[in-house]
Amino acid sequence: MDERQTAGAPAASDAAIVVRELQCRRGDRVLFAPTSFVVAPGSIVWVRGANGQGKTTLLRTLAGLSVPAAGEIVRNGARPPLYLAHANALKDDLTVAESLRFLVQLAGSSVEAAAIDAALERLGVASRRNAFVRTLSQGQRRRVALARLAAQREPLPWLLDEPFDALDTSGVAVVADVIAEHARRGGSVVLTSHLPVPIDAPVPTVVQLHEPAMA
Amino acid sequence: MSTTFAVLVARDLRLAARRRIDAALPIAFFTVAVSLFPLGVGPEPQTLRQIAPGVVWVAALLAAMLSVTQLYATDLADGSLEQMLLVPDARLAIAAAKAASHWLVTGLPLVVVAPVFGLMFDMSGEAIAALVASLVLGTPVLSLLGGLGAALTLGLRSGAVLLILIIVPLCIPALIFGAGAVAAVDAGQSARGHYSLLGAVVIFTAVLAPIATAAALRIATE
Repeated sequence: MDERQTAGAPAASDAAIVVRELQCRRGDRVLFAPTSFVVAPGSIVWVRGANGQGKTTLLRTLAGLSVPAAGEIVRNGARPPLYLAHANALKDDLTVAESLRFLVQLAGSSVEAAAIDAALERLGVASRRNAFVRTLSQGQRRRVALARLAAQREPLPWLLDEPFDALDTSGVAVVADVIAEHARRGGSVVLTSHLPVPIDAPVPTVVQLHEPAMA
Repeated sequence: MSTTFAVLVARDLRLAARRRIDAALPIAFFTVAVSLFPLGVGPEPQTLRQIAPGVVWVAALLAAMLSVTQLYATDLADGSLEQMLLVPDARLAIAAAKAASHWLVTGLPLVVVAPVFGLMFDMSGEAIAALVASLVLGTPVLSLLGGLGAALTLGLRSGAVLLILIIVPLCIPALIFGAGAVAAVDAGQSARGHYSLLGAVVIFTAVLAPIATAAALRIATE
């Protein structure tokens, strides 16, 4: 897999996100060598790199939460991407359904109870919909956080940090299905994963982060 | 933007309702603090009437400061703050919503409870009315400035101490005009000047604090 998407790939104007010579910083340390890639609609980009190489920082920068140290990011499309961080963004004192409804409302999507329930059902946590988040296990909380993906229908860019982490095999299969469906609907996905990404339609494009050159 | 505001306030109120004991702590502190003064200063009614506005106001300020340190901290820790900041142009709405829900949970109960202490300090009817009016104007200032302090000290280890050191001085104008209005009424003079100045402080704070808070949130999460 090429590290860079060349000009022969989908035209930059069609792409959801275009990344040119991007470098990110954490503290005063530049994390990776200049990286360029194009996130086209309908594609899955798999960002790979060693621990500490800056995969999470890259996603946060793509989401707009951090400013790049160098290079540029061009985002096409009015609405912000859906960003799934390591942290679940669930409140202990809200019920599962309330937490999911809050996150969906925040993203500006309409909230019907049926859609919320369907998303929870897809991720296998519908039976806990009225339980407080603090009573759930780590894996169940991660499933609730991932239910946002199942509840989201528009072809927005998705930025997913380790979406397969903390899940059992059935959970991994469900999430892989949800991601593949999103890509087929014309959405785009940028994800990080230590485990192999179990999706073959579309085949993920690998973007490898490298150590920055010595100054 | 107004939907983000409404969604956030509704969520914070719901969270406060689920933790009623925690939400009541500032009021409990306020009650204890105000009740100690007659015991410490002596029950002489003239003295109590004189110190009452200042005592109630200082206790309200301290109660607000104590409850504001966690305003953004839990949302930062569980990743909710990041999700809020992803909403385009929502930073002002977040700052306003946090201050509004803080006032509804802490400031408004203070205003409701204050008349009881007015009676305890043997204040006259007009003085109690002035006390309530000054608190209605002044407690939103405390919530707005407290929210700014919470955002500025977000993620810092000794954030609470730094917050108090930065924000309490900023609250002093509201304290002076608020307590001064009640003292003026108690002395039989017009409190119009005090109310006007307090109103100006409210407007000034309501316009500037959310902008500064939004900038602080941006820095804190970068």
